[in-house]
Amino acid sequence: MALPNLASASGRKTAAKSANKTSFKSGGEFTGRNSLDFSKDEDLHAYREMLLIRRFEEKAGQLYGMGFIGGFCHLYIGQEAVVVGMQMAQKDGDQVITAYRDHGHMLATGMSARGVMAELTGRRGGYSKGKGGSMHMFSKEKHFYGGHGIVGAQVSLGTGLAFANRYRGNDSVSVAYFGDGAANQGQVYESFNMAALWKLPIVYIVENNRYAMGTSTSRATAQSNYSLRGSGFGIPGIQVDGMDVRAVKAAGDEAMEHCRSGNGPIILEMLTYRYRGHSMSDPAKYRSKDEVQKMRSEHDPIEQVRKRLLDKGWSNEDELKGIDKDIRDIVSDSADFAQADPEPDASELYTDILL
Amino acid sequence: MPIDILMPALSPTMEEGTLSKWLKQEGDKVSSGDVIAEIETDKATMEVEAVDEGVIGKLLVAAGTENVKVNTKIAVLLADGESADSISADAPAETPAAPKADADTPAAASNDAGGKARESSSEPTAQADSKVPAQPKVEALADPDIPAGTEMVMTTVREALRDAMAEEMRRDENVFVMGEEVAEYQGAYKITQGLLQEFGDRRVVDTPITEHGFAGVGVGAAMAGLRPIVEFMTFNFAMQAIDQIINSAAKTLYMSGGQMGAPIVFRGPNGAAARVGAQHSQDFSAWYSQIPGLKVVMPYTAADAKGLLKAAIRDPNPVVFLENEILYGQSFEVPKLDDFVLPIGKARIHKTGKDATIVSFGIGMTYAVKAVAELEKEGIDVELIDLRTIRPMDLPTVIESVKKTGRLVTVEEGYPQNSVGTEIATRVMQQAFDYLDAPVLTIAGKDVPMPYAANLEKLALPNVGEVVQAVKTVCYK
Repeated sequence: MALPNLASASGRKTAAKSANKTSFKSGGEFTGRNSLDFSKDEDLHAYREMLLIRRFEEKAGQLYGMGFIGGFCHLYIGQEAVVVGMQMAQKDGDQVITAYRDHGHMLATGMSARGVMAELTGRRGGYSKGKGGSMHMFSKEKHFYGGHGIVGAQVSLGTGLAFANRYRGNDSVSVAYFGDGAANQGQVYESFNMAALWKLPIVYIVENNRYAMGTSTSRATAQSNYSLRGSGFGIPGIQVDGMDVRAVKAAGDEAMEHCRSGNGPIILEMLTYRYRGHSMSDPAKYRSKDEVQKMRSEHDPIEQVRKRLLDKGWSNEDELKGIDKDIRDIVSDSADFAQADPEPDASELYTDILL
Repeated sequence: MPIDILMPALSPTMEEGTLSKWLKQEGDKVSSGDVIAEIETDKATMEVEAVDEGVIGKLLVAAGTENVKVNTKIAVLLADGESADSISADAPAETPAAPKADADTPAAASNDAGGKARESSSEPTAQADSKVPAQPKVEALADPDIPAGTEMVMTTVREALRDAMAEEMRRDENVFVMGEEVAEYQGAYKITQGLLQEFGDRRVVDTPITEHGFAGVGVGAAMAGLRPIVEFMTFNFAMQAIDQIINSAAKTLYMSGGQMGAPIVFRGPNGAAARVGAQHSQDFSAWYSQIPGLKVVMPYTAADAKGLLKAAIRDPNPVVFLENEILYGQSFEVPKLDDFVLPIGKARIHKTGKDATIVSFGIGMTYAVKAVAELEKEGIDVELIDLRTIRPMDLPTVIESVKKTGRLVTVEEGYPQNSVGTEIATRVMQQAFDYLDAPVLTIAGKDVPMPYAANLEKLALPNVGEVVQAVKTVCYK
């Protein structure tokens, strides 16, 4: 199977190209307004955040293998640049909602590694007291609204979060993530229609990792340019190199500004890739090892930043090793906590059903 | 032959209406399609068009006449050469067993629900048993939640629901209502009448026809702390949205370990209306009652509709509020109180009795009330409990009654398998076995999709005779 071209950031000033210029009416194209370049601090921040997600997910995979984590466990490895770049474009109060490949989103919003890992192991110190699991975690404090197990449902819910922002007249923006698989669900388009009709402040992010479980986008849709999926409603869309955290942030900045200026919804299609199977039990036989290896060696989001930091002399191997060690400590601590923390008390069975 | 023009049925639940205006006078020539009169139904003012050509021979009902029964002869149309002399205003032309959407009836098509048109014969419950008196004699007990001496005002269920929403919207800025035709159309069944005018389009939100999507939008808004009232034009259409109701609204509090819930009301007409066929005639009370994390309310009277809807809007949990189209136009006494809120989860003893207990809810109560009156004439003194809330279920009130009577019959319109009645029967069997003097009998709709034909529809629904017979059976009479 041929790999779709990833929009390359190199040699262009812009992070992204407008896939739908004609219907974008808010007075500008997505070109050149946001610099691709990261400062040293931004690159170091992105490196740290992405590495935390990667190491966390690797550890989760280990704990799954050891039987500490049960049920479904969907790892985010490979897609880290998407949530980290978007989070850098958001401001406090913006809401985030996603489906079940959600650990990275939670860590990016600032939820604690301990709380997330303990939820994965079903312990009382988890974000949902062990009652939610991998797919169902929430944090009011961090404006993270889950963690949803029904493909596509979070898109309508996220649209409702945006509705609440508009209702209250605040300038918060809802960021609703969904995959290329969910993009074929009916309620996504019901939501697009209402969001465009009511000019709701929402950024729809299609994390196009090319496979809905085992079905490649080319086998699932006649229109695999997901940035165009809002065109029938006049929703502008941008295709973004989702493996380049700078491109993600630049597109995110544009999108957030678009929403905060009262222009209604916008779609960002993040071209990304998951290295692991759909879930822990997926052998991923629907794609070649070469395909995965090519993505890892040529487009890895973390390696890109690492190389930049070294090339520009902004960091050195020793400092990066130090960061790596800090991250490993955080993750090990979360894993220790998640294994030692007791299971929820039996009395929790009947709590939190009704208020 | 002169042609009779009959009072048409112009709304799903119309039994009578006001002939507000004649647009043609005696002697006027009319062609097919001419508007000849305006008729005010319980929902709207509708124009009546002529079906046939001719000259208006006589207007038999004066403009402004109220309560003109459907199928009353209102005018006579003459063909060329015919005379009006022999015409007299006789009794209403009762067309026996004729469905109201008769081809001969002018302007019979009611299309109020945007293509989801429903036609109605009169209330189906009344004709089930010819022995049943038209006006049941059973007086409802005073609700202990209403202070003694409170002034009572006759109010339709429709108005009570509207008043409840308006009062709560005045009280809490976070409350808003969304759904199809709730704003500019004033509600497909006129439940939201006047709300747009008072609260504006920010808080009374017309949605596209997109149940799955707007249910999700409502739940999302509730998770963000607003208090949405999501109106489904009918709960039949909410089947498209049931994933958001159950998976998102009902489960989020639990899945978040208590951090985040969805204070939302899903409301709208539920169950069979009349002659609307299988896809528009389903009672979802048993479905939703199975879901932990939901509250399920199904009122019968206007007072309960008002007090419980206000409670539902204030409730921090998702509430499924099941109304009934046939009950919308019925009037009951509603207490005149500034803030009348009833407790969710509490049954109401509609009538005390000693010989047997009937438990019902929602429109099921219409059969029960009539059966109780019938049985009273035969010397059987029934205690009638209106469950009002299906979940959480007020079983203690039911069991207290069973301890007294030893006999129990349940009445509902929904399907018989895994019905609310079978649930009550199971629990009473488990918790009050020693008090039962007879098996619990459950009266429900028949185990069939709702048929369209008038006679079959009547057969598919419960009827008063069945309830009467069931009570006699458990009393061994």
